[in-house]
Amino acid sequence: MAYDLSFAQDVYKNSEMGHWIKMCKQCGVCAGSCPLGPHWEYSPRQLFQLVRGGKKEEVLKSQSMWMCTSCYNCIVRCPRGLPITHIVHGLARYASVKGYADPNQVTNRFATKIFWTNIVSTGRVGEAMLTMRLYFVDGLAAGIQRGLEMKDSALGMLMTKRLNPIPFRGKIKGYAGFAAMIAKAQELEAKREAGA
Amino acid sequence: MEAKKIGCYICTGCGIGEALNVAALEKIATKEQKLPVTRTHPFLCGAEGLQMIRDDMANEGVNALLIAACSHRVKTDEFERFNTPLLDRVDLRDKSLWVQDISSGNKEAKEDLQMMASDYLRMGSVKLKKMNAPDPFQDDGFSRDVLVVGGGIAGLTAAKEVAATGYRAILVEKSAELGGMVGRMHKVSPTMPPYRVLEENPVPGLVATVEGESRIKIYKNATIQSTKGAPGLFDVEIKNGDTVHTERVGSIILTTGYNLYEASKLDARLGYGSSPDVVTSLEFEEMAKAGQLVRKSDGKPAKRVMFSLCAGQRDANHLEYCSAACCTYSLKQALYVLEQFQDGAAFMLFQEMRTPGQMEEFYRRVQEEGGVIIKGDVEQVSKGASGGLSVQIHDKLLRGKESVDVDLLVLATGMISTVDTQDPNKPSPVGQVAEETAKSVLNLEYRQGRSMPELKWGFPDSHFICFPYETRRTGIYAAGPARRPMGIAETVTDATGAALKAIQVVEAVAKGAAVHPRSGDLSYPSFRREGCTQCKRCTEECPFGAINEDEKGNPLFNPTRCRRCGTCMGACPQKIISFANYSVDMIGSMIKEVEVPPADDEKPRILVFACVNDAIPALDMVGQKRSALSTYIRIVPLRCMGSMNLVWIADAMSSGFDGILLMGCRHGDDYQCHNVRGSALAEIRLSKVSETLNRLQLESSRVKMVEVNIMDADQLPTIINEFAEQIGSMDLNPYKEF
Ligand code: SF4
Ligand code: SF4
Ligand code: SF4
Ligand code: SF4
Repeated sequence: MAYDLSFAQDVYKNSEMGHWIKMCKQCGVCAGSCPLGPHWEYSPRQLFQLVRGGKKEEVLKSQSMWMCTSCYNCIVRCPRGLPITHIVHGLARYASVKGYADPNQVTNRFATKIFWTNIVSTGRVGEAMLTMRLYFVDGLAAGIQRGLEMKDSALGMLMTKRLNPIPFRGKIKGYAGFAAMIAKAQELEAKREAGA
Repeated sequence: MEAKKIGCYICTGCGIGEALNVAALEKIATKEQKLPVTRTHPFLCGAEGLQMIRDDMANEGVNALLIAACSHRVKTDEFERFNTPLLDRVDLRDKSLWVQDISSGNKEAKEDLQMMASDYLRMGSVKLKKMNAPDPFQDDGFSRDVLVVGGGIAGLTAAKEVAATGYRAILVEKSAELGGMVGRMHKVSPTMPPYRVLEENPVPGLVATVEGESRIKIYKNATIQSTKGAPGLFDVEIKNGDTVHTERVGSIILTTGYNLYEASKLDARLGYGSSPDVVTSLEFEEMAKAGQLVRKSDGKPAKRVMFSLCAGQRDANHLEYCSAACCTYSLKQALYVLEQFQDGAAFMLFQEMRTPGQMEEFYRRVQEEGGVIIKGDVEQVSKGASGGLSVQIHDKLLRGKESVDVDLLVLATGMISTVDTQDPNKPSPVGQVAEETAKSVLNLEYRQGRSMPELKWGFPDSHFICFPYETRRTGIYAAGPARRPMGIAETVTDATGAALKAIQVVEAVAKGAAVHPRSGDLSYPSFRREGCTQCKRCTEECPFGAINEDEKGNPLFNPTRCRRCGTCMGACPQKIISFANYSVDMIGSMIKEVEVPPADDEKPRILVFACVNDAIPALDMVGQKRSALSTYIRIVPLRCMGSMNLVWIADAMSSGFDGILLMGCRHGDDYQCHNVRGSALAEIRLSKVSETLNRLQLESSRVKMVEVNIMDADQLPTIINEFAEQIGSMDLNPYKEF
């Protein structure tokens, strides 16, 4: 049956910023503002209505929330002030926790493996390595091809000092504190998710 | 009355003195127009200039003022505070100097401007000569009491406000109790900040106030059998059982509220009648009031409730319009459910959620409380698996059909008018009394029918831009959902506004003055009975039903119903209707006073009739922007295009004008005419003008009517100059030679 509210209530409670979903008034402004909107299976407003409609499977199996590029266009425009970007990311996380997320989904893999490892191992983002890892995520040939396609941008970025070609080595100052912080955060999150 | 002594005052300030030969203008005033006093002043609107005029009034016996300076729409504080009704303003600046380009120093341009100014001075002079002081209409029987029809929240508020202002109100209620629809409600949606909480029903308190107020007389179980007369002089027969009481009142407020569209007429898909668990919002309201939020079928608590908004509204097969208040009251009812049941759920199925005024705040509150909105429609209603209902909906966002189990389905039906209205273009024929309908509210004894002229969808017409409470029957004001669908907060404001209008009209009537749009005008139409051919044009065309007829078909004017538009004057083929300060002869004489250059001069002349409400302000704006207008034109302001009498067209043509341009307000469905039908009637009259022109052997393209609104200043130079060019390219009017 549609509109069984138990799924929505769980999302309101346990997905980050999820409680905001009840405030969406279905105006469609976010859907019209999202640069990736046309490529989404469900626009943010549809995603939110699916949550309210109790469509758990559709929501959690959806690729939609993995598509957000955090451009914040929707947040700026939403007349109800919903933090849409964060809600969407929250839903992605919620889907992973619930075991629905495909670990090989590109954004998922990037976020949980490439980006995470990159930042956690040193305490800061190393652009060169991050870019490289991202380019070669589909293998050597694809990586070379992608790199060639982007070489003009890369050169431009180098010239304007937006990209440091020398990989960052070593760790940030006070790495131990950083590591402790991450550990604590993980502990808290695990606790919360266990409670959910 | 003492003899008229005209003083002519020419201002030479604002560049007028440099651009014009003022001595020549003075000569026109004294020699040609033979005005006894003529003076010039370099700063006429300054203290010294005004004192000069006052001195002449005191010492020289001047009692009529011809002020030749700027537009009549500016410097009104300075020039309209003299103690005389005989005043005319000649516009030498805004619509003369400012629309003529003389910067080149070109001699001909200067001459053209001089001719224009001279003509305006002549026209003003003859206008003032033809003007008489109005003798305000008075009657010993004027009443200042206000009749309020309908005892719901609108009527209660109106009566309370009338009494609080110190006037007496007579409140008539059809049923046995005051309170109306809102009186039947459990709680009301917020009317004050922070606009988030349900409010207690204000009606019981209001009823107590009204019933305890000595200045309010109440008739319950009563209807209006007939309404005769006019503002200040309405005689109303109030029928109460077998007794008929007659009351004399000054003005009337219609607050009969609304009826709800009958749910049984709705589409079968909404399921009304198929299960006791499908109810209307009014039924739901009564359930809530009785503390009975239960399924009607089995008495189990109604915890999951679906509200179907727009139940018939905005649907060509039912009500075509938005009923404005149902989104809000559905939100309110959703909150009843959510506040009563911890585990309650409220679903609102909507097309667009419309939350006028501050109701958006309330909408947020309901969502915060967990109310779920769904964009979609009910497709089918059937019995639910565990009792209650299974509602199949088309969910536009979930992309398909869904079934939702609920305990109740509430249909938010729309408001329909309770005012008896009629097509204003088809007033009932003479003598025929409109059939009594269930809705017949006032039973007006008006020549144009017993009902209120309709705007659309059964709601009474008003000038919805400028005078929203006004109906097309002067002194009768509609407020609240009797006027158009609206919610409670708006109704209270509306009723308060209408109460003030009702007081304003009785005060204006006592002075013999018009209420609006010509507020304060003391003139009113009179007619020369001997000349009347009983053609009934005036009684049919008056946009406000001000004129009744006697058995012989002679018009019977009701001055206090009149808005002084002059439509009757324009309609009369015998030219026997006039005002003390406005007449067919006056405008005709102004036209004839223009000095039309002989054909050899090759200077065409175009007469521009411009409505004072929109076209004249727009023309003033053209002046303020210093846009150039053709030198051929001579502008005659009319109080409404409706007052345009066809004889002026003939007058102008036989005086040698080459073209005539009429600028009236927008008419049709979204009319802007201050007198509702004035400009439309002028256009109809004009369609017959080609006959006149043919008789004179002139091309009908010499006469053109355009719709101008106050925002059209930018287009006016093109409209006027293109017409002037067209006239310039035609042969000159052959009648110049005669
Ligand atoms: S812009 Fe905001 S309110 Fe509008 S549909 Fe998107 S989330 Fe909902
Ligand atoms: S922040 Fe995400 S959801 Fe919002 S517009 Fe950008 S890409 Fe779309
Ligand atoms: S107020 Fe809402 S429910 Fe009522 S007619 Fe308008 S849109 Fe429909
Ligand atoms: S002036 Fe206008 S309102 Fe008055 S009687 Fe004539 S047509 Fe009617």
